[in-house]
Amino acid sequence: MSEAVVSNAPAPKPTPHVKDNAIIRFEGVTKRFDRVMAVDNVTLDIREGEFFALLGPSGCGKTTLLRMLAGFETPTEGRILIDGKDVADLPPNKRPVNMVFQSYAVFPHMKVADNVGYGLKMDRVPGEEIKTRVAEALELVKLGGYGDRMPDQLSGGQRQRVALARALVKRPRVLLLDEPLSALDAKLRDQMRSELTSLQEKVGITFIMVTHDQDEALAIATRCAVMNRGVLAQVATPADLYEFPNSRFVADFVGSVNLFEGVLERDEQNEAQVRCPEISSPVYLDHGVTGARGSTVWVALRPEKIEMHKRKNGETAPKMEDAPAGANVAAGIVRDIVYLGSETNYEIELESGRRIKTFRSNLTRYDQEDFTWDEPVWLAWHACSPAVLLS
Amino acid sequence: MEQTWRQAKAAFAAIAIPPLAWLLLFFIVPMTVIWAYSFGENTGPTTIDFTGTFANYMRAVEPLYLEIFGKSLVVAGLTTVLCLIVGFPVALAIAFASPRMKSWLLLLIMLPFWTNLLIRTYALIAVLREQGYVNFTLEWLWNNASGLMTFVGLQPLGEYEPLTLLYNNSAVIIGLVYVHLPFMVLPLYSALDRMDRSLMEASLDLGAGHMRTILLVVVPLAAPGIASGVLITFIPALGAYLTPDLLGGTDSQMIANVIERQFKRANDWPFGAALSFLLMYLTFAAIAMQALVQRRSERRR
Amino acid sequence: MAKNALPIPSALRPGRGGVRKERPGPLEYTRRWPLRLIVAATLLFLYLPLITMMVFSFNTSRRNVVWQGFTTDWYVKAANNASLMEAFVNSLTIAFFCTIISVVLGALAAVMLWRFRFPGKTAVEGSMALPIVVPEICLGVAMLVFFARVMPWPMGLPWPLNLGAITIAHVSFAFPFVATVVRARLASFNRELEEAAKDLGASEWRTFWDVLVPHMQPGLIAGALLAFTLSLDDFVITFFTAGPDTITFPVKVYSMLRFSVTPEVNAASTVLILVTVVLTAVGLHIQNRNADNRKA
Repeated sequence: MSEAVVSNAPAPKPTPHVKDNAIIRFEGVTKRFDRVMAVDNVTLDIREGEFFALLGPSGCGKTTLLRMLAGFETPTEGRILIDGKDVADLPPNKRPVNMVFQSYAVFPHMKVADNVGYGLKMDRVPGEEIKTRVAEALELVKLGGYGDRMPDQLSGGQRQRVALARALVKRPRVLLLDEPLSALDAKLRDQMRSELTSLQEKVGITFIMVTHDQDEALAIATRCAVMNRGVLAQVATPADLYEFPNSRFVADFVGSVNLFEGVLERDEQNEAQVRCPEISSPVYLDHGVTGARGSTVWVALRPEKIEMHKRKNGETAPKMEDAPAGANVAAGIVRDIVYLGSETNYEIELESGRRIKTFRSNLTRYDQEDFTWDEPVWLAWHACSPAVLLS
Repeated sequence: MEQTWRQAKAAFAAIAIPPLAWLLLFFIVPMTVIWAYSFGENTGPTTIDFTGTFANYMRAVEPLYLEIFGKSLVVAGLTTVLCLIVGFPVALAIAFASPRMKSWLLLLIMLPFWTNLLIRTYALIAVLREQGYVNFTLEWLWNNASGLMTFVGLQPLGEYEPLTLLYNNSAVIIGLVYVHLPFMVLPLYSALDRMDRSLMEASLDLGAGHMRTILLVVVPLAAPGIASGVLITFIPALGAYLTPDLLGGTDSQMIANVIERQFKRANDWPFGAALSFLLMYLTFAAIAMQALVQRRSERRR
Repeated sequence: MAKNALPIPSALRPGRGGVRKERPGPLEYTRRWPLRLIVAATLLFLYLPLITMMVFSFNTSRRNVVWQGFTTDWYVKAANNASLMEAFVNSLTIAFFCTIISVVLGALAAVMLWRFRFPGKTAVEGSMALPIVVPEICLGVAMLVFFARVMPWPMGLPWPLNLGAITIAHVSFAFPFVATVVRARLASFNRELEEAAKDLGASEWRTFWDVLVPHMQPGLIAGALLAFTLSLDDFVITFFTAGPDTITFPVKVYSMLRFSVTPEVNAASTVLILVTVVLTAVGLHIQNRNADNRKA
């Protein structure tokens, strides 16, 4: 499929700490609650050292998958292996994984140090060692000296750090994070994002995070699994997920997209053509699609990949041959403009009546072209920009 | 958000006067009269003088009555402990049941609570007496065991002697537990149900087993619920009249039975009044203790 | 839909040949057998006596011991027992009046404590809680003394006025319960609803009826149910306030127990239990319906 094309996204971040062995393996895992299929036959490997994100809308089964890994739910079918061992018989307190809960679940009746030391106490670690390890862990999450506080004297962000320290101090094989940033305000969230990444690199433990926020997943994770209705929709690096989605669901869920239904008219080794009723001229692609001729496909076009130019009324579209190499062009009229500061969003009505989104960065303080309402425009995009989706 | 009564005097008067007048006339006044009687003396068959004497209270702390007070406290305490031991796992099971099952279980626990106390006590008598079902079951087990022993060549156990399960102190405690169990289960349930599940999961996740999770996390966090369950079981058990009266023997009289005797038979109202107020003070002491526990656990939060 | 699922060797595929029973999750305490056993034993303990009693109310034998055959004779006997029936009707009458008065007084008290700030409020709140916590026996003797010495209830009044003393005593301990329930309900009231009604032009009085009372309704129903059962259930306080011609059902059963136990008592008790169960069911149904309406 489209993986053959060279991505213009940055090369993946170097991740020397990621090893090749699968530390976690889900094998055909299914979970039913009464009649509801929460997780449907999921098979997935997570490698040691990864920062893995389970991404999906609420109710897609991502949290259930995480909770099965922690041992709070039991799979209806299938096996879960940690370090190659089936953990079906291990209760949560015997599993080498620890969790940071969405609500943090910091014990309100214990001091910070007792919270962090709780797990070590359960493992019958000697008191002296507990003390030093707790201090280290608090230092690691930048809460040195907070050991004697009660949780109600801490802010939400600090409580989350306690929860992190409490889980990390046990040196688990895998750290599970359930929506770790959802309860924080926007500023704190950005800060915590980068801290989580550097923390993970520092401790070298495999992190698995559940989130519904695609920005968060793209920003933090080394690899993401997108889930939809209990099924894995796609597993890929953030850049591949964004640039090479494998389905309408993934394209639409990760980032913003314009989707067009069309029929595959031509499909050769290094070019293809899709006719979409909503776009007046056929969409030209500079790569093959590997679909049956005449089959229904969807063209996914990201708003930032569309260029916009002024158009004089009555001007006809340049012929394919005249257009810049491999470019697609469509005529439209500006129908709505939303100014957002760093960029401006435009809603353009095509000749078919279909409205699509595009946006332009505000590169200078005065808009050089100054598009306005009801203005005729040309939209152009490169032949390698659209993704063609078979489902 | 409250408004002061001055802003709407007429409305306040219309709303406040009926309940306050009722409370004053039909609760405060009767209680005050009893309180005054406790400092009075019988001067004739139907006349009582308010002499301000402490003689009634002095008599109440004589060993005979102190013993009854002590016994009432022990019986009520044992009842509470038994209710807690039985009620905690039941409340735990209800709190963690599926929503459908939960409402059925709650209804099943609450239904007896809606049923007449006297009828329940009466029904219990029918089960506990020598010709009752508990003894029938035990006899059946006894005879089967006996038969089994003959079968394997041992001496048979002999004739079954029915247990005396009624008209003694243990009958009173069984009866009190029977009557008050729902009182204990409901506040425990609501405390456990309100508790953040992820705290228990966090404890398990960090390596604690179920017993340690319950002891180190659940019990401290449910302490206010446990305290209120203990209180609303202990108070009515301490002042119980009907259960010791119907199920108890001659030596299992509790304080309420003594009070009743003063008013209905011995016709010593001042002494009965003094005993009533002592019982009330004990009740208030229990409430104060509970408030203390509550405040301490709230401060910790 | 494209799956990233690798082909799994069929030997590893679980669930083939009969779905394995899922083991309980760590917090599914209800699914663990020791707890199930305790719950079952507790329910048996709570219900065995009641069920035995109900079953034997249909037994032909006089003795509550051996099942001899089905009969409804005891119900007929109970219905023909004039004093038992009188006591039964008295109990229901008292419960009815007690409920009405308690709901009115309780609702007023709740609104007063919820709405207004006034001097001595803490003291009022404290004394309102007293009837709930004071041992029944203490309230009972206080009522005995009150109606004997302070405000003797006139003798020989026509029915149902002769039940006045008992009804008053019942209201005194029932209405603070109603007040507590209604006040808890009021605590969840969103003041903005009231402000919205006024903003849209409703007067103080209309706002009260159109916004506050509908919100209180579930609390009022729960309170009424509570008052009714508390009154029907009460033995001790009635025992001290009842005169020779004002017997209630529990007091009557009590005196019958003193002499002889006949299945008549079983029959009458069964009827009373059914009355309470039906009333509870109706009350819960109304409340659930309200809750559903509110959700919709």
